[in-house]
Amino acid sequence: MTLLRVENLTASYGASQALFGVDFTLAEGEVLALMGRNGMGKTTTVKAICRMIPSQGGLHFAGQNLHHLPSFRAARFGLGLVPEGRRCFASLTVAENLIAAARPGHWTMARVTELLPRLGERTGQRAASLSGGEQQMLAIGRALMTNPRLLILDEATEGLAPLIRAEIWATIAQLKHDSGMSILVIDKSLRELGQVADSAVILARGKTVWSGAMEDLSADVSEAYIGV
Amino acid sequence: MIRERHLNILLLAGFLAVPLYALAVDEPFTITLATRAAILALAAVGLNIALGWGGLVSFGHAAFFGIGGYSMGILAFHAQNYMPLDLGFAVLEGTKSMPVIWLVATLTSALAALAIGALSLRTSGVYFIMITLAFAQMFYYFAISWSRYGGEDGISIYVRNEFPGLNTLAPIQFFGLCFAALLLALWLNARLVASPFGLALNAARQVPVRVQTVGLDPTRLKLVAFVISGAITGLAGALFADLNRFVSPSMFSWHLSGELIVLIILGGVGRLMGPVIGAILFVALDHILGGWTTHWHIALGAILLGVVLFARGGVIGLLCGPKGQA
Repeated sequence: MTLLRVENLTASYGASQALFGVDFTLAEGEVLALMGRNGMGKTTTVKAICRMIPSQGGLHFAGQNLHHLPSFRAARFGLGLVPEGRRCFASLTVAENLIAAARPGHWTMARVTELLPRLGERTGQRAASLSGGEQQMLAIGRALMTNPRLLILDEATEGLAPLIRAEIWATIAQLKHDSGMSILVIDKSLRELGQVADSAVILARGKTVWSGAMEDLSADVSEAYIGV
Repeated sequence: MIRERHLNILLLAGFLAVPLYALAVDEPFTITLATRAAILALAAVGLNIALGWGGLVSFGHAAFFGIGGYSMGILAFHAQNYMPLDLGFAVLEGTKSMPVIWLVATLTSALAALAIGALSLRTSGVYFIMITLAFAQMFYYFAISWSRYGGEDGISIYVRNEFPGLNTLAPIQFFGLCFAALLLALWLNARLVASPFGLALNAARQVPVRVQTVGLDPTRLKLVAFVISGAITGLAGALFADLNRFVSPSMFSWHLSGELIVLIILGGVGRLMGPVIGAILFVALDHILGGWTTHWHIALGAILLGVVLFARGGVIGLLCGPKGQA
């Protein structure tokens, strides 16, 4: 069953157009990798889906047209965003960050800290004093506390140590296999994406240039559009 | 550094000890000063919810203070003159009952805060400051022209209102009521800040865009905080009017809005007991320096300058360190 359908999505920052027609669908329980070189519109696509910027075109989530909805209403329909750059609530503690975002459902504080044990060890610590990796885990935990139907991870492993990156990829794999969660993931690590993603969409110059199953992504296509 | 929790307990114990000592040595004026401090602290506790935790620099909280005051004044005025209060759609009796007056003052202030907040929160920053100031000034000029209730001269209430089982004319008993209201507001404030709503409000103050991505509406969070804030300040207005047995348009004046902000900055913005320390200092300075010169506000200005430049967290920040470390 299709959970998210994006059709001919266009978006602009003022006079500067960033998206020229993004198309893809994401099914319930699917992990989809959104790929492309820097500046090709991946984060803008996520921002448009989460209604953080105005956009045109089709944007349907769980049968609901997301256009004209404010960002917080779109989130309440089940879009859980782990934003680029983490952006935790700095002056709140780990526990407070999680409580502030909590909505009823499967994901409770106990389940989140079980999935991300580093958070469980630091519940009373302020988010501002956490390491980059811990802040990233907190951002994932916070998004899970909203009990989303779709988890969106925007460059979740960027700038982190290899050990922490491995932990985050393991967490994503665990979410996929144990919870059957639908995930839209943006990342530059093709190798790790290949291990968790079912399908992929490649953007170039704000447009979808390739989409298909992850195993069908050929070296030629990735070399041409991603550069690896 | 002192732990903030310990300082808070010490401060409340000290605050309570002053009027009790004044009672023992028969100094009713000191009890009245303590009552004034408790009421101003209550008003500032209300404002601190909006300003300290919601980041809403309201320069118009005198509107709620005045509405609370006039709620008391109008109800008591009709009761003392045995004149029914004709609202157009209903005719009510006046009352001298404090609990009823407090309820009316709190509700009317909350309603006014809802209307003012819903419009003002469409703006932010300096525009929010200006629009809240404009609303308070509208009430101020309305009260001046409201001849039915004394216009510029205000309303005098000859006898203090009643509270079941207490002699409210006894200064220590009236102080007890005001102090209890202050404790209740502080308890509510502490509970609110630690609740999911308070945490979300805190987050909305820091990064309003990000709280939206977790499904929270920052405008609604701020509006709820503004309404609670206005209601508490309105209750303080009713108590202030009862303390003086007099209400006048000056309760709506921008000076009062400014004074409430000053109290919070002096004590510590977003600190639970910041408004209490600020109010005690303000009343003490008014009494001590005001005895020497009528221009005592110059000294207050210098102190405020010192706090802003050298003690950004106010007195509590100075004693307990920055927020979150105490």
